[in-house]
Amino acid sequence: MATKEYSFYPGCSSQKGASSSNYLISVETLCEELDIKLNTIPDWNCCSASIGYSGGGELPRLALSARNIALSEQHHGGQDIVATCAACWLATREAAERLDENADLMAETNEALKEVGLKLEKNETKIRHMTEVLIEDFGYDELGKHVKKPLEGMKIAGYVGCQTNRPFGIAGESFENPKYLDKLVETLGAEPVEKYDKKVSCCGGALAFSEPDKSQALVKDIIEAAYDGGAEMIVTPCPVCQMNVEVYQDQINATYGTKFKMPVVYYSTLMSVAYGRNAKESALDGQIIKAKKLEEIAAK
Amino acid sequence: MSDLNTQLVEKYRNNFLQEVKDNVEEGDWVKMCMQCGVCSGSCPMGPYWDHPPQEIFMMIRANKREEVLSSNSMWMCTSCYNCIARCPRELPITHIMHGLAHYAKRLGLAPKNQPTIKFSQLFWDNLMKKGRVNELKLGLSLYFMNGFAEGVKKAWKMKDIGLGMTLTRRLNPLEILGGHGVKDQTGFQNMIKKAQELEAARIESSVKK
Ligand code: SF4
Ligand code: SF4
Repeated sequence: MATKEYSFYPGCSSQKGASSSNYLISVETLCEELDIKLNTIPDWNCCSASIGYSGGGELPRLALSARNIALSEQHHGGQDIVATCAACWLATREAAERLDENADLMAETNEALKEVGLKLEKNETKIRHMTEVLIEDFGYDELGKHVKKPLEGMKIAGYVGCQTNRPFGIAGESFENPKYLDKLVETLGAEPVEKYDKKVSCCGGALAFSEPDKSQALVKDIIEAAYDGGAEMIVTPCPVCQMNVEVYQDQINATYGTKFKMPVVYYSTLMSVAYGRNAKESALDGQIIKAKKLEEIAAK
Repeated sequence: MSDLNTQLVEKYRNNFLQEVKDNVEEGDWVKMCMQCGVCSGSCPMGPYWDHPPQEIFMMIRANKREEVLSSNSMWMCTSCYNCIARCPRELPITHIMHGLAHYAKRLGLAPKNQPTIKFSQLFWDNLMKKGRVNELKLGLSLYFMNGFAEGVKKAWKMKDIGLGMTLTRRLNPLEILGGHGVKDQTGFQNMIKKAQELEAARIESSVKK
């Protein structure tokens, strides 16, 4: 297959020294394996995620995404935008759709964009999540062909979460019981947890910071259901999910008397290991709760 | 309370639904709600909302302007999109909640000392500084948002997480010195300023319509 190129929107949390920098490392490894070239949008800005709305009105938030899309049009014309972060993907795609539907907002947005010497010309760029690219442009069969070290004997809960799933999700999947992560887990040679009832439950999102107790109660159920299903690990496509479900386990244990120690990894880490790459390239050193089984496989 | 708020009350005296339609993000959808309650039942923080989405929509129709805009309810939204995925009338509920929250804040009616309001504002201010979010500064301002003593306590409670993040290179202490940002700072700031002016002008002109 020829190299596939995309216009890449990395987002704030994946930057060097930020909370999901490990995500980016494993995605880069994955892209090497699959011959994907990610062309970073030059001088991209934050999308304001789903939490900037106190200070940011609709139009300033639209302008943020519009600037990124316009930069992509200008520098990577014809390439789909790909985001690895669910919130980045959502904010950008929603902005494009809102502007498409509302000519007044589009006119005002373009007036704001004048200040940076840009214009949203066509607004026809497709805005996609990395998992969409993997599933739609490659497909499970192709993804399976690259497996060198099947993750045999592992049982993994596919935690899809909210924003990679709703309101857009992956074409052909249901909102209430999407199966793509399970299929991916299977493709890599591991066993998915069937009937993982918390697979699309909310982790609290950004409210993990402002309402930690309420959010940790949600996370507790997500981890408990994974243990109940016999999982030894959780896999997720979302940096907010990954962080919320992994890093508060000690606090949850202290509050609820649980003994959670559940590794939570990105699909890209899982795939990098199965594709035969080492621990560092798979970003296993980014795990706060070590994914020991994966480390063993990667070391083999 | 702001002058603008007084003018808006005058203008829309008995028609909060119209005010929401004119001035709130995706507000023209509110009239489509058929009060089935699916959204409220789907909300992950449901038990903590004084008025879950369905009720908010009913209150808008009933002209309960003060009650809606001063409510902490909209600030309980985690942006999980459950409601949007399930609403039989396809209301963009998440966005209406964000829109109402922003409108309340703009008019000075949002509750004081609500943690998500503070966090959301900190997030926006942080992003506005350089065009990209600086997680370290955002985290620190979050811990200290309720004052120094409580900040130290919170930071202490979170220290193991911070250390874990630092050791795995997912939190960089050097970010305090500056960190990532957009290169075209002047343009970026002017763009946002322009967008804010246009938006404010639109709301002000609705009073005169
Ligand atoms: S689900 Fe939709 S129609 Fe039903 S109450 Fe909620 S907003 Fe109204
Ligand atoms: S998006 Fe917000 S309003 Fe809708 S179900 Fe989730 S938390 Fe509730």
